[in-house]
Amino acid sequence: MSRVGVITFPGTLDDTDAARAVRYAGAEPVALWHGDADLRGVDAVVVPGGFSYGDYLRAGAIARFAPVMGEVVTAARAGMPVLGICNGFQILCEAGLLPGALVRNAGLHFVCRDQRLRVERTSTAWTGDYAAGAEIVIPVKNMDGRFAAASSTVDELEGEGRVVFRYVDGNPNGSLGDIAGICSADGRIVGLMPHPEHAIDALTGPGVDGLAMFTSVLGKVLT
Amino acid sequence: MTATVHVDSVTHAASTPDVPQPYRELGLKDDEYTRIREILGRRPTDAELAMYSVMWSEHCSYKSSKVHLSYFGQTTTDEMRASMLAGIGENAGVVDIGDGWAVTFKVESHNHPSYVEPYQGAATGVGGIVRDILAMGARPLAVMDPLRFGAADHPDTRRVLPGVVAGVGGYGNCLGLPNIGGEVVFDPSYQGNPLVNALCVGAMRVEDLHLAHASGTGNKVILFGARTGLDGIGGVSVLASDTFAASDSAEGGSGRKKLPSVQVGDPFTEKVLIECCLELFGAGLVVGIQDLGGAGLSCATSELASAGDGGMHVELDRVPLRAKGMTPAEILSSESQERMCAVVRPSDVDAFMRVCAKWDVTATEIGEVTDGDRLVITWHGETVLDVPPRTVAHEGPVYERPVERPTDQDALLADLPDTLPRPSTSDELRAEILRMAGSPNLASRRWVTEQYDRYVRGGTVLAQPSDAGMIRIDEATGRGVAVSCDCNGRFVRLDPYVGTQLALAEAYRNVAVSGARPVAVTNCLNFGSPEDPGVMWQFQQAVRGLADGCAALGIPVTGGNVSFYNQTGATAILPTPVVGVLGVIEDVRTRIRTGIGDSGDELFLLGETRDELAGSEWAHVVHGHLGGRPPAVDLAAEQRLGELLRAARVSAAHDLSDGGLAQALVEACLISGRGAEVTLPGDPFVALFSESSARVLVAVPPTEAAAFTALCQEQNQPTHRLGTVTEDNALLHIDGLTDLPLDQLRTTWEATLPALFG
Amino acid sequence: MARVVVDVMPKPEILDPQGQAVANALPRLGFSGVSEVRQGKHFELEVDDSVDDETLAKIAIGFLSNPVIEDFVVRRIP
Repeated sequence: MSRVGVITFPGTLDDTDAARAVRYAGAEPVALWHGDADLRGVDAVVVPGGFSYGDYLRAGAIARFAPVMGEVVTAARAGMPVLGICNGFQILCEAGLLPGALVRNAGLHFVCRDQRLRVERTSTAWTGDYAAGAEIVIPVKNMDGRFAAASSTVDELEGEGRVVFRYVDGNPNGSLGDIAGICSADGRIVGLMPHPEHAIDALTGPGVDGLAMFTSVLGKVLT
Repeated sequence: MTATVHVDSVTHAASTPDVPQPYRELGLKDDEYTRIREILGRRPTDAELAMYSVMWSEHCSYKSSKVHLSYFGQTTTDEMRASMLAGIGENAGVVDIGDGWAVTFKVESHNHPSYVEPYQGAATGVGGIVRDILAMGARPLAVMDPLRFGAADHPDTRRVLPGVVAGVGGYGNCLGLPNIGGEVVFDPSYQGNPLVNALCVGAMRVEDLHLAHASGTGNKVILFGARTGLDGIGGVSVLASDTFAASDSAEGGSGRKKLPSVQVGDPFTEKVLIECCLELFGAGLVVGIQDLGGAGLSCATSELASAGDGGMHVELDRVPLRAKGMTPAEILSSESQERMCAVVRPSDVDAFMRVCAKWDVTATEIGEVTDGDRLVITWHGETVLDVPPRTVAHEGPVYERPVERPTDQDALLADLPDTLPRPSTSDELRAEILRMAGSPNLASRRWVTEQYDRYVRGGTVLAQPSDAGMIRIDEATGRGVAVSCDCNGRFVRLDPYVGTQLALAEAYRNVAVSGARPVAVTNCLNFGSPEDPGVMWQFQQAVRGLADGCAALGIPVTGGNVSFYNQTGATAILPTPVVGVLGVIEDVRTRIRTGIGDSGDELFLLGETRDELAGSEWAHVVHGHLGGRPPAVDLAAEQRLGELLRAARVSAAHDLSDGGLAQALVEACLISGRGAEVTLPGDPFVALFSESSARVLVAVPPTEAAAFTALCQEQNQPTHRLGTVTEDNALLHIDGLTDLPLDQLRTTWEATLPALFG
Repeated sequence: MARVVVDVMPKPEILDPQGQAVANALPRLGFSGVSEVRQGKHFELEVDDSVDDETLAKIAIGFLSNPVIEDFVVRRIP
């Protein structure tokens, strides 16, 4: 069974939910502590949502220096699949694993809503189980979710097909190009603002469209 | 020559009995000051005066409400008490919900600070109630917020409401607590006195319940969490001016008189505190625990000592500070947030400190439990406080305020809404339905609720706009709880006894409509000035109504909160006893959704509709009228509805309350995104806008309809076959009256709050 | 010991809704003549002599500001 690490920083909120999603997908979640430079032999890493370090200085700005992140960067460069969700996406951008940055929502309010997304790229470690162009419903819930970057960066992302998810039926935060999630050049690191771990059970979410993100990686781990 | 700071010690106080003290400025009466002198056998020190004045304040001592609140204890039967594991007087009430699970919940107010500083007032209100739940040994699991503001279009509401909503969201979201419900109510009477009530629900295994008490001589007292600063001690600054410390101390003196009276919260610190506490509880490292809320250390030390079986000794100079030059009185009165106080066995102190270090939580041993029965506090070796803790925390003043039914009450009751012009033609009725749906109290609350995280923790089964919030407690079995908070202040104004029972009925019904079984009650009693005999009459009647109602329903009040002085000049707010009801559901998968049901379902209106428009939203919106008798309350009927809903197989349901059947139909259709065809019972106006109680809209699959009707007959449940849920998703068709396109309804319903608040 | 100020501002091309909200509110409060507002952060550091300008630049660029979206200015206060 694949082992998927889920990191907890002080202030992380959605680690338990990410771990549940990993379990639902048929893998074993492994708790990773921010202060330990140790990935405990996992096959993939999820950097979950929340307000690590209270979003002090900037969202993700302090978490990126945690001991565990040094290991994540090294492992990611060697091809380990990494998924950054919301605050996790912010941390991956601050850590330089993904381009751009996430800033204050254009409407200046925290927004929690069930958001329609289009899956733009299925050739990533985390989206292989989606149909190309699939429209899915995943909750967004954040205050600093607006994707911002130099226009050359956006052009590069679009040109190289590195936009993985796009907002459709309305953009909740003013992200450039309606970008909801992007990936690294090799498609093994993915960051997105919406929360797939909250769409794995129709009892507690808008549906099960998020589960495929966690099942996708099971076939993509390095042996 | 440099003058030194002299601290007002016990020895000094004993030798200077005639020093004038600013007790009046601190809110104490002459007789209360005299009593303190009698208790101590001398004049109080500055620190003692500060402690007594905060702990004997209305907010902490409940001096005006105690004599009335005792009625709850008198009316709670043993049977009602059976599932209570902790009740009134503890940090929060605790109920056994079966399967070894205990749930704790409580609602509290943070009204006045939210008028002054809306964001921080609301934020720290959430922080405070969450710590209360944590102090019971529970993991906080969800929050709800009953909010009340002045007129929706008033400029000051534009100042207060967005700040409050942002504060509730900002703090709660950062703690990782889903917001699963609440209220937003507009009424001019709240203009200068918005009400920000905050509720929290938590759960724990029954054996993990922690009560606040210090016991075991030699056990250590540890203060942990944020450092202590000058937050919220505006009033205590008078002490600085009255002692020789005033002009001398390095950072003190007249420059510090303007001390902040607003507390500022840091939710990140509280999130870390929660995880730290839960780890401490899990490791069995805590004998007793208290959170530091209003009255800070004064409250924590006196309450812990008072509830214990010995005394306590505290070295105040060990308290970690974040402001320079604080005096003992200031430290004791500080309302700095995110602090807890634990009693720990000496052998566990090292392990305790290691857990705090892991979470980077500041923790300091500040004292220990002693034998004897005094709370003694020293400052750099000098005793600055030596009191019997019970006199501070539990034996405060008890007032028997004059109670007098207002002279205008009869005139109010006699001012019936019967002669108010009513719409009668189809066009008029149609226009009225749309007007009501878009009115501020009935319009969609999405603008507010989208600012709250509803998903975190992955256990939210129902949230706004559902009738109740519901969370799953046990992932393995599906056991969960449902909560609703309600109050119609207008009904309470017309008749506080009946009106409060109607609030209880509404919360009970909302929980029942979700498929859960109501088991416990909390309350937040928001009233005007207790110095007004008319307000005291409202309060007394409300307490009696609630207690009698709970006894009739067989569910106990497990705890609550009183907020007085919600008054601007001579105008009090509408008496607003917010009632929260908690229910249990054995498997959340059996919950009933709020909505209109599925295509082809048969719609039933359960309950009796009478011509009851007094205090209604219609009378308020269309005629600005408040008068007459509120709708009749029938608690037996509410119980019967609950039992029926739990026994029946239904697709969906929606309770009827503000705005009557019209509003219920509009909301149910829009929530489900599906139309319906209905035939109204009796006079269309009364059918649409009456606010008779004990009524529910139910959608039943056609295959279940016969069984459902039979069950209703068996239970003597009045029902009216209202209509059908249609395939057509576009229309709400009201027979003989009108067709309302859902698009139009949705636009009207959703436009109001965004247009007002941006 | 010396005092250093680091001012961080959003890059000109980055949308600044917080600054805009402030600018929009000013006329409502009765103030006219303010055409634009941009909101940033102001850091005050107490540093000893071992912290040279190169170190300050590293602190500013690698931590206090995010170079993707922010510009900064470092000033020593005499």
